[in-house]
Formats: sequence, structure tokens, C-alpha cells
Amino acid sequence: MADVSMTVNGRKVSATVEDRTLLVHFLREEQRLTGTHVGCDTSQCGACVVHVDGKAVKSCTMLAAQASGSEVVTIEGLANGSELHPVQAAFKEHHGLQCGFCTPGMIMAAVDMIRRYPQGLDEKTVREELEGNICRCTGYQNIVKAILAASASMRGDAARAA
Amino acid sequence: MYQTNYHRASSIDEATAILAGAEDGKFVAGGQTLIPTMKQRLAAPSDLVDLRHIGDLKGVSVENGEVRIGAGATHAEVAGDSTLGTVSPAICHLAAHIGDPHVRHMGTIGGSIANNDPAADYPAAMLALSATVHTSKRDIAADDFFVGLFETALEEDELITAVSFTIPEKAGYAKFPNPASRYALAGVFVVKRPDGVRVAVTGAGEDGVFRVAPFEDALSDTFDVSALEGAAVPADGLMSDIHASAEYRANLVAVMAKRAVEAANG
Repeated sequence: MADVSMTVNGRKVSATVEDRTLLVHFLREEQRLTGTHVGCDTSQCGACVVHVDGKAVKSCTMLAAQASGSEVVTIEGLANGSELHPVQAAFKEHHGLQCGFCTPGMIMAAVDMIRRYPQGLDEKTVREELEGNICRCTGYQNIVKAILAASASMRGDAARAA
Repeated sequence: MYQTNYHRASSIDEATAILAGAEDGKFVAGGQTLIPTMKQRLAAPSDLVDLRHIGDLKGVSVENGEVRIGAGATHAEVAGDSTLGTVSPAICHLAAHIGDPHVRHMGTIGGSIANNDPAADYPAAMLALSATVHTSKRDIAADDFFVGLFETALEEDELITAVSFTIPEKAGYAKFPNPASRYALAGVFVVKRPDGVRVAVTGAGEDGVFRVAPFEDALSDTFDVSALEGAAVPADGLMSDIHASAEYRANLVAVMAKRAVEAANG
């Protein structure tokens, strides 16, 4: 058994789990944070994407023990109370989802992407960057639209703050 | 996944010592191949020795015309290294097209070459660049390192610590990715140096990465796409599977070689 402790959405948590426990199972079953989804379970679909130490990773492809000591952010950690994160708001505004199953991973991937491209994004880059996130409903159109809109609005906010 | 025992090493010595004491242990770096393989129960190591927290395996440096990439450097770190991007952009381009952004945040160059997947990108770069693989025991030339399918010259308890290579005059990489997995159906890395050209192919060979002597000779005379006009590799010895026949891969090798030369001549 492994003693793991990490910060999840700003809260320190610890538990004793089997060494083989995947991070996604730790989050869903131990922490009851079921917003992070298991889609394919073969590292392809990206429904399980969370941020570990500020970087988007597939939580189905990492052991909870590997993440011990890290800062983890899940979809539940993005909103500020009842105020949606700008990327969540953009997905709502642009209807960047249908069934919603891939949405947590899409949004976590989008937040990571926008952070890595502070100079802004274009459609081609967004589509390339979504390589690791599969959506079977939307055809991606509105997801791409939402990410571009969120990127633009977040840059605008940053510019106004500066 | 079967049961396993997780260990976190903080130094190279500690990692090799833990592995030596394990019944059937494995090093895990980014884990982007090993963890999925364990989940499918295709691998069942008794112990996992986590290398992600070993400082000596990290970092990219460029000094006196030599590039050194720590085995623990992630694909994202190699892709985004600005100094490396100036002296050898082809390797950054290669790293930027492995898997997807989330995989690139975890996967490492050491893990990729230790695994020696016949469709992985890095082996082609290492072979074409005449790189040296540094381990916990010795230095191994890339020519001697890649032995066959998922097989390398590494001993059981030997750990890759870094790779190094001399900055090439020109280099280029082009791959035709499988549309689903993004692994190379054929990927060609081309390197031009004053003493000649090396061309290495991944994704296509039945025994893993290999060099193409006729392409190297033609390009050593004239480092231009025109030198490969009509050039071909035989389908013998190439992989044939549901994704592509050996003949199709042979054609892709020639096409990707031309694109790699174009990229190198930028």
C-alpha cells in the first residue's frame, strides 16, 4: 500500500491506497470528484485530463503514487464559487458540448492550451492541440469556437489588468 | 493492472539499487507506454522505480557544439527548449509531434529510446544524429544501441541518464502518422554533416529503426530533394499490418525522406 498526499483543488488530501491505483480512480473514488471522467481507459480520449503541477496530463495514465506531493487541479477546481471559469463560460456560450462526457477533459486541455499560448491561438493550432481529446458528438466545431473565444477574452482581461 | 510496488528514487544510484533488490522491477519515467501496458496486463512488474524526481536526469544543455538532453527531459521540454530550437530545430519539431500535449507533458526521451518501439520517433533521430546514449554504466553509440523490436543494448539494471550529439549542419524530420495512434507509419530523420549524410527510418522496419544507405549516398553527393528522384527502398523487411502494407510503407519512406530533406533545407 502507498501513502499518498497531494493538494487537490487547493485542499490537502491524503490516503492509503494500493500502489497500482490510478490517479483518476483516486480522484473519483477516494476524493469523490467525479467530474474527471474515464472514457477509453487506453490513454487516447482525454476525458480524464487534469492538471498536475500546472500541466495537463491524462490521469488514467498516471499512478496516484506518482502524483503524491503534487498540486492537482480538476474540473471541480476551476470555477470561483458560482462564477464559471472563462473557459467554462465560453463552452456554455458557444455550446461546445452535446452529451458532455468529454467536456471536463476538453476544458482542462483548453485551460492548459491557453496558458501555453499567451500570444493567442488560431483555429489550426487549437485543432492540433486537441489531438489528445476525442469528442464523438460535436464534430469539434463549437469546441474550437469556444476555446478561441475564451483565449481572446482571457487575453483581453489580462490586457485590461495590465 | 496487477499488483505492483511503487518506489520513488531521488538519485540514479538509489534507482539502480532499488531495481537490483526487486524481483522483477522496472524503471518508470513518464510511464506513457508502461502504465497503459500494465493496465492491459501485458506487463506485470513486481516493482516500479519512479525516475521523475531525479534531478540528475533533467535538463537540456548546449555547449561547445554539443547537445546533451537528460533522459528525464519530457517531450514538451525538448519541443519548447529555445536554445535547442536555435541549434537543432528538427529535434524540437520531432518532440512536438509525439502523441498529444498531455502525453508530451509526461513522456521522456529516455523512456522512448529505452522502450525502442518500432514506431517511436526518437530512435530515428538518435540513429541519424549518431547520438551517444549515456547510461549508469557506460556510453553506447546509437549504432549499437537499437538492437531490434523493443530491444536495446541496455542490461536489465542499466539506466539511461542522457543522450548527446554534435550539432548537425542540417537536419530534418518528416513522418506520416497513423491517423488514430499518431505513431509513425513511416518517419524519416535526415542529418547532413561535412563528412556525409545519414538517413534513419522509423515506423516501417520489421526490426525497428534502420538506415538507408542508397539515400545517404545520393544525398551525400547532392543534398537536395532532386537527389532522391526515383529512389526507392525495397518492401522486403518492412512491416505489413492492418494499417499499411510493406509496399505502401516503402513508398512512404521515399516520400517522407524527400520531405525531411526539404525541411532540413528549410
